[in-house]
Amino acid sequence: MNVLERLKLRGGVHPEGRKASSADAAIRALPLPPRLYIPLQQHIGAPAKPAVQVGDSVLAGQVIGTSQGNISAPVHAPSSGRVIAICDHPAAHPSGLPTATLTLEPDGASRWIEADIPADPFALAPETLSARVAAAGIVGLGGAAFPSAVKLDASRRSGVDTLILNGGECEPYLTCDDRIMRERAGEIVTGIRLMQQAVGASRVLVGIEDNKPEALTAMRQAAAGTGVDIRAVPAMYPMGWEKQMIQALLGREVPAETRSADIGVLVHNVATAWAVQQAICLGRPLVSRIVTVSGGAVAQPCNLEVPLGTPVQALFDACGGFSATPARLVLGGPMMGHQLTHTSVPVVKGSGGVLALTQAEIGLTTPAPCIRCSGCVRACPVGLLPLEMAARIRSDDLDAAVALGLKDCIGCGSCSYVCPSSIPLVHYFNYAKGELMAQARSKLKQEATRKLAEERTARMERIAREREEAAAARKAAKEAREAAARAAAQATEKTEATA
Amino acid sequence: MTPLAHSPHAHAVTSVSRIMGTVMLALVPATLFGFWLYGWPAAYLWAVSLLAAVVGEAAVVRMQQRAVKPALMDGSGVLTAWLLALSLPPWAPWWIAVVGSLFAVIVGKQVFGGLGQNVFNPAMAARVMLLISFPLEMTTWMPPMAELPGMVESLAITFGGQPLDAVTSASLLGHVKTEFSRGLDLQQALAGHYAPTQALWGQRSGSLGETSALLILAGGVFLIARRIITWHAPVAMLAGVALPALLMSFVDPAHYAGPAIHLLSGGVMLGAFFIATDPVTSPNTVAGQLVFGLGCGLLTWIIRTWGAYPEGVAFAVMLMNAATPVIDRYLKPRIYGRTRKGEALAVESAKKDTA
Repeated sequence: MNVLERLKLRGGVHPEGRKASSADAAIRALPLPPRLYIPLQQHIGAPAKPAVQVGDSVLAGQVIGTSQGNISAPVHAPSSGRVIAICDHPAAHPSGLPTATLTLEPDGASRWIEADIPADPFALAPETLSARVAAAGIVGLGGAAFPSAVKLDASRRSGVDTLILNGGECEPYLTCDDRIMRERAGEIVTGIRLMQQAVGASRVLVGIEDNKPEALTAMRQAAAGTGVDIRAVPAMYPMGWEKQMIQALLGREVPAETRSADIGVLVHNVATAWAVQQAICLGRPLVSRIVTVSGGAVAQPCNLEVPLGTPVQALFDACGGFSATPARLVLGGPMMGHQLTHTSVPVVKGSGGVLALTQAEIGLTTPAPCIRCSGCVRACPVGLLPLEMAARIRSDDLDAAVALGLKDCIGCGSCSYVCPSSIPLVHYFNYAKGELMAQARSKLKQEATRKLAEERTARMERIAREREEAAAARKAAKEAREAAARAAAQATEKTEATA
Repeated sequence: MTPLAHSPHAHAVTSVSRIMGTVMLALVPATLFGFWLYGWPAAYLWAVSLLAAVVGEAAVVRMQQRAVKPALMDGSGVLTAWLLALSLPPWAPWWIAVVGSLFAVIVGKQVFGGLGQNVFNPAMAARVMLLISFPLEMTTWMPPMAELPGMVESLAITFGGQPLDAVTSASLLGHVKTEFSRGLDLQQALAGHYAPTQALWGQRSGSLGETSALLILAGGVFLIARRIITWHAPVAMLAGVALPALLMSFVDPAHYAGPAIHLLSGGVMLGAFFIATDPVTSPNTVAGQLVFGLGCGLLTWIIRTWGAYPEGVAFAVMLMNAATPVIDRYLKPRIYGRTRKGEALAVESAKKDTA
């Protein structure tokens, strides 16, 4: 990447990487915990529907929750064992609110379902490939957890020509993608080529931040001769933002209010490519993922291959527990991850890291007045004016914040990170976004209520009108009858008189 | 349970007081040079300025029933007073410093709502107020002297109201203006009054901390290197002064001073690196800062050349401060994926060739 292209990358910050502590240890498999808590919703879209009942015995890899609707993903048993409950359990969400969760007691035998392994995966039709990705429950493992097959299908239909694999991993601390690229580069490249076939892309690029030289070397070796182009991109946050990665690799900008597929680009995470290879070549659905366990309060930071549904506490235990009292537990990276209030929540498909941070690492102090230093303006990768937006939101002028581009904010946290006054800017923006959504919802509700009321009025009017009409008709009929009777009586009188 | 914290869960090592402290550090060389050049009265004046700002700010914040300690600890009041002190005549009486500092922190800042709320740079507002209210005291300059008064004699100068007529001298810009009014041209006016190397080092009469262009430049470069300020506003301001000066001195060298004289005189260097870069009162965007700096420079040159005052940095900065909200309104960054007007970019056709 030349200097000119680098200049086109806007904003961004350079947080301290803090990756060294976990990057050098090989991935270890975490032993099965006594119980797995498997939420039915681990992805964006509709939650899966339980496919088993309490008391059922299941095999590893068996579907235990089926996909519901167009955007959804099935859930599989990470191990053989018995379903002991289907009930609510705290979710890996800042609210800690319960969500429908299936509790599985592994039997320790790890018996797998019979796998359907194609003789030549590359002989499969694109539609079959994405159907198998869907059946394996694969979602974006970079953190967004959007069902991968939905993206593959949409991209194939819209005619995507470039497939980009995101190996940026720009969040501090996280090294799960780094390790998987170093250790499983061959499988990843196979997965990439399968995805390429599934969407019919003519060009494949892999963007890896230049602070991961070992991963770059391993991927380059594995990709030699396959046409998969491995590229180093500058290490800066948020390089892992899909649109920043596209800008860095292609020098192209995705227009607002569209998706990257609209300019012919599909972006997937490198770990997702590994999951695709596992699903298609080995018939293994997504039942585990690599999780970075790190932070200043963790005794031995490392990367673990974790069965989905494992409580977070088991991960910390496997890393030697806490060496200091953690000031904050975080699920995901420090820039965009969210706080965990306790360690009984399970690891889900989108969890790339669990962190136990000390107060010194968090480094926040009490918010002070904004001095308009415009550090946030320089840091914003989108080109927004965070200080102005926050000022508008503070005075409850959400419309003005929207006019300044609130809806284009990606919530990356670069502005909050650099703010010398420690103003929680992203918090303001997320509050405003939530508030706008609530307003939109209540407006819809009002519209619906108004419509129902109008319909009711119209209905009542119609009924009243019909009733009046019926009464009028009856009256008319009655008058006609009486008139006829009178006429008959007169006729009789006449007859009698003449008689 | 502790309240939920919002992302990001990491923060750069930075704070308001750290920024203010770094700026003060950058001012130390020019300040010490001023003390060395003009002696104890300069040091007394500086100390009185800072003290008055701290006491005044504490009193006003207390009256507002806000916490005094955080308001003082952010360092903005001290920095304001420091910058004001550097722009004062070094042997000015103590009450000039007190009145100026109190005006700066109270009227210039707290009245607007405290840190971050003021429209005008407080130090420049105070300087302009002093210049208009006390023109005599504000234009009594000292030449650098071989024999400086001692520590005790200096007390009489700063606090005793000792008349200074015997030793005063005009600043270069003031001198040129006076000579013009006597019908002399620039060459005659400058004869024996201007030596470029002196101006560079700062051994001339002028404000306490504005005379040494080199030391101020060093402080500015330090701030740019520490990423406290960016180069945009300072470079634009210097260009705003130098370009018209260059052009006009080429057209009419008898009446228009060249860029070197303008850049190395008065408060241009201090203004460019320490005043035009004041975050609160300057625009948010790079483009805005360029316009702002250019405006400050151009207005300075215009006031110096055609105005009634020999120096115009403070006026120029305040005029551009007033223009800052307008600049910010019109010069916004382009949002990713949108045109400058905020409409979504057109989708380029990227469909595969199906043939």
